[in-house]
Amino acid sequence: MSLISEGAEFNGTIAEPSLATVGDYLALLKPRVMSLVVFTALVGLAVAPGSIHPVTAFTALLCITVGAGASGALNMWFDADIDQLMTRTARRPIPGGRVQPGEALAFGLTLSAFSVVVLGLLVNILSAALLAFTIFFYVVVYTMWLKRSTPQNIVIGGAAGAFPPMIGWAAVTGSMSFEPILLFLIIFFWTPPHFWALAIYRMDDFRRAGVPMLPVVKGEATTRLQILLYTLLLVPLGIAPYALGYAGLLYAAVSVVTGLGMLILAVQVYRERLPSDQACRHLFAFSILYLFLLFAVLMVDRGWGGLMARLAA
Amino acid sequence: MNEQGDEKGIVLTEAQKRARRSRSIAIAVSLVALVVLFYVMTLVKGPMVLVRPI
Repeated sequence: MSLISEGAEFNGTIAEPSLATVGDYLALLKPRVMSLVVFTALVGLAVAPGSIHPVTAFTALLCITVGAGASGALNMWFDADIDQLMTRTARRPIPGGRVQPGEALAFGLTLSAFSVVVLGLLVNILSAALLAFTIFFYVVVYTMWLKRSTPQNIVIGGAAGAFPPMIGWAAVTGSMSFEPILLFLIIFFWTPPHFWALAIYRMDDFRRAGVPMLPVVKGEATTRLQILLYTLLLVPLGIAPYALGYAGLLYAAVSVVTGLGMLILAVQVYRERLPSDQACRHLFAFSILYLFLLFAVLMVDRGWGGLMARLAA
Repeated sequence: MNEQGDEKGIVLTEAQKRARRSRSIAIAVSLVALVVLFYVMTLVKGPMVLVRPI
């Protein structure tokens, strides 16, 4: 007799057979976050010295993508209770009732294990270890611990989103150096102004869900000041690849111009007061473009020629 | 009567059957892709597939 015909007991009632579609499971992977992870990992891979076979490079990117998606699924499993309280997340597969929490947990754990093991078997151990640590950091350190306990949650937790270029670099070289750490630092210091700008205009959501985001705990004025301070740290870091000789004049021009754009918007955010939140929305949107341009130009300026030569070799 | 009901168990609706079929196909495609990936990587790496430097 199969499990279905016996009926699976769940909370004392017979659980309904799942109506989850493939699309619901893909939504658990947070495709938008995943796309940024893939892109930054690709840049790490492209700027790294040495050679890598295109199929190996594809395998590395695939594993990093699946690993990032798996941590997104585990995040949605753990945060289902607060996701249903926020308008931004209420329609996700678990609060929407389309995927059961246990299904998301099994999905996330399976993909995590597969992505790490395949990366270790087919690429190298260092990149697999970094991917495993990234998944652990995002799920356990950020989601389970920091997110609900401190307003510094996204500052420390932001490290998880900053690891992919290091994994890409490690996939090529099997080692670590200062350059991928600099890419890590750029994403690390980019996360607070990016996410706090969103948190200000979504403050009611976070307050309702009881998530101690900085604007909820310390107030809006403190958050706007912190956004400005982190942007002041971010802009020189964004220019650093040129200053340290890792990139050329094209990167210098783009990082200076877009950095000035970030600074102008951060000053506007600092001066703006509720009920207006236009400057926060502008900074949030521009910060995505800023990071994309920095990494895209770095890849073109520094890594593209090398990557093409390696693929052709 | 009761025993007959138990024997019948849960009867899936058409929508549930469709969802289950689409999930099964996705799992099958993923497994085939994994096999192909390992096959191609073995061809690419040759004997080096057993060497995994840290």
